[in-house]
Amino acid sequence: MSLTVLQGAVEQGLIYSLVALALYISYRTLDIADLTTDGTFALGAACSAIFTANGHPVLGLVMAIAGGAVAGFVTAFLQTTFGVLPILAGIITMTGLYSINLMVMGNKANLPILKADNVFTYAERVFGAGFGKLILALVIVAIISAALVWFLRTRTGLSLRATGDNRSMVSASSINPALMTTLGLCLANALTALSGGLIAQYQKFSDATLGTGMVVIGLASLIIGEVFIGRKSVLRGVLAAVLGGVIYRIIIAAALSAKVNANNLKLISAVIVAVAICYPAVRAKLAFYRMRKGGAAK
Amino acid sequence: MSKMLEINGISKTFFPGTANAKKAIENFSMTLEAGDFVTLIGSNGAGKSTLFNAIAGVYYPDNGKIFLDGKDITFLPEYKRSSQIGRMFQDPVAGTAPHMTIEENLALAYLRSVKGANPFMTITKKDKAFFKEKLAELGLGLEDRLTMPVGLLSGGQRQALTLLMATLVTPKLLLLDEHTAALDPATAEKVLELTRKIVAENKITCMMVTHNITNALELGNRTMMMHGGSVAFELTDAERKNMTVEQLLKLFKEKTSTALDTDRILFS
Repeated sequence: MSLTVLQGAVEQGLIYSLVALALYISYRTLDIADLTTDGTFALGAACSAIFTANGHPVLGLVMAIAGGAVAGFVTAFLQTTFGVLPILAGIITMTGLYSINLMVMGNKANLPILKADNVFTYAERVFGAGFGKLILALVIVAIISAALVWFLRTRTGLSLRATGDNRSMVSASSINPALMTTLGLCLANALTALSGGLIAQYQKFSDATLGTGMVVIGLASLIIGEVFIGRKSVLRGVLAAVLGGVIYRIIIAAALSAKVNANNLKLISAVIVAVAICYPAVRAKLAFYRMRKGGAAK
Repeated sequence: MSKMLEINGISKTFFPGTANAKKAIENFSMTLEAGDFVTLIGSNGAGKSTLFNAIAGVYYPDNGKIFLDGKDITFLPEYKRSSQIGRMFQDPVAGTAPHMTIEENLALAYLRSVKGANPFMTITKKDKAFFKEKLAELGLGLEDRLTMPVGLLSGGQRQALTLLMATLVTPKLLLLDEHTAALDPATAEKVLELTRKIVAENKITCMMVTHNITNALELGNRTMMMHGGSVAFELTDAERKNMTVEQLLKLFKEKTSTALDTDRILFS
């Protein structure tokens, strides 16, 4: 793997790590497996691409964030007001978003924006062609991570975390769990859409299927990061999401350099997530067998 | 003295209109003066928990009214009234967030109703000092473990912490639903002692459900026996002071012509 490929992987990893951060909010903090993610990522890419094509890349990112927040709100609304199961609520929104994403892109399945200026070409002009993209990605992720760490320690952030940690305690502590769920899902999906929007401008291309499997990829990143950093505190959890996002892209780049068929990458992601999620149960089972064996020997 | 809690003829029927319809409380009325500490006893299904849940807003009564400090709270959502009503449950796990630290749990309880609260305030050094001081009063050594996740504490420690959280900002009403029933006798005694101390020091208006008749007669200034969704009888002043467990069981039999189901009643 050449240095250029590695740098590209780090740049993409930083951008994709926003999805891992989003899942840190929805999955780790609120304890909701939010499948809206897949649709929201593509929504962000679509919004960003159409505005970039028309010469407004920054506005495109703002629209991506707003669109993502609305998508998150719809999922949360289905859950909190009508009691739809969280997973099902996410699937419903995601399915609806597929059509909306096509509409946003002018009823085309993909939208190349090769010639239009975007935030990364701006950055290359400011910081130089060599590291412009990397610097911009780093700055965005650093600002968002710092803001997230701060937010999760505020009164509202604490309430959000408690909502995922012990729901029965929350309403007895004058916190509105429906409001917290809504806030968390809006925030998470805004981040996911921003990630999609940045990716569209980074690769100068948006596609309606861009988000497929994104929730699994995000989870894989999060879990990889947690292997290295853990998640004992908010700071560690956020750092783990960012680091995991980067490592995941480096693994993918290495796999591609090693001539692994790109079609197999999603399978690899799925296996990583499945193994990581099953790991605690497997360990508990092994411990039980060992204990039983030890007990029989006595 | 002013009325802190006033309940006017509330009723609650579960599964109305079906074969399983159950009248949990029926035309129930009571008044608590500010500073009253009433202990509630009664068999399973007497309506104690339903009464608590109606006061706390977990469910709304079918009819009747509930006033807290003169304000009608009958249909106020649970999360809105909980800034004024502290609550503790039997299950030590119910009242705290296990993956958050002691400090963060206390902050949740404190920042919600402290003066000048805003959604983005964080824990200050002054808050930390205040938490430490309050934790030290529990006498469990928790003041040196502010950054420890609450999930690592024992049941008794968690229940003591929950008690502190419920009273950190003095509530208008404290509801204790068998909050020591899941603890071992020594720990239960300690948590009860803390309850007595904190309630007395802050003059909190308090209701406590218990299955321990001795405790019910010792703590507080009123004892209420519930049966079939309403009050069977109430003891105050001298009558309460001179009451023994045996007499109380006899009185219950006379008033309701049923025997109290003593399987869960401890009269240590």
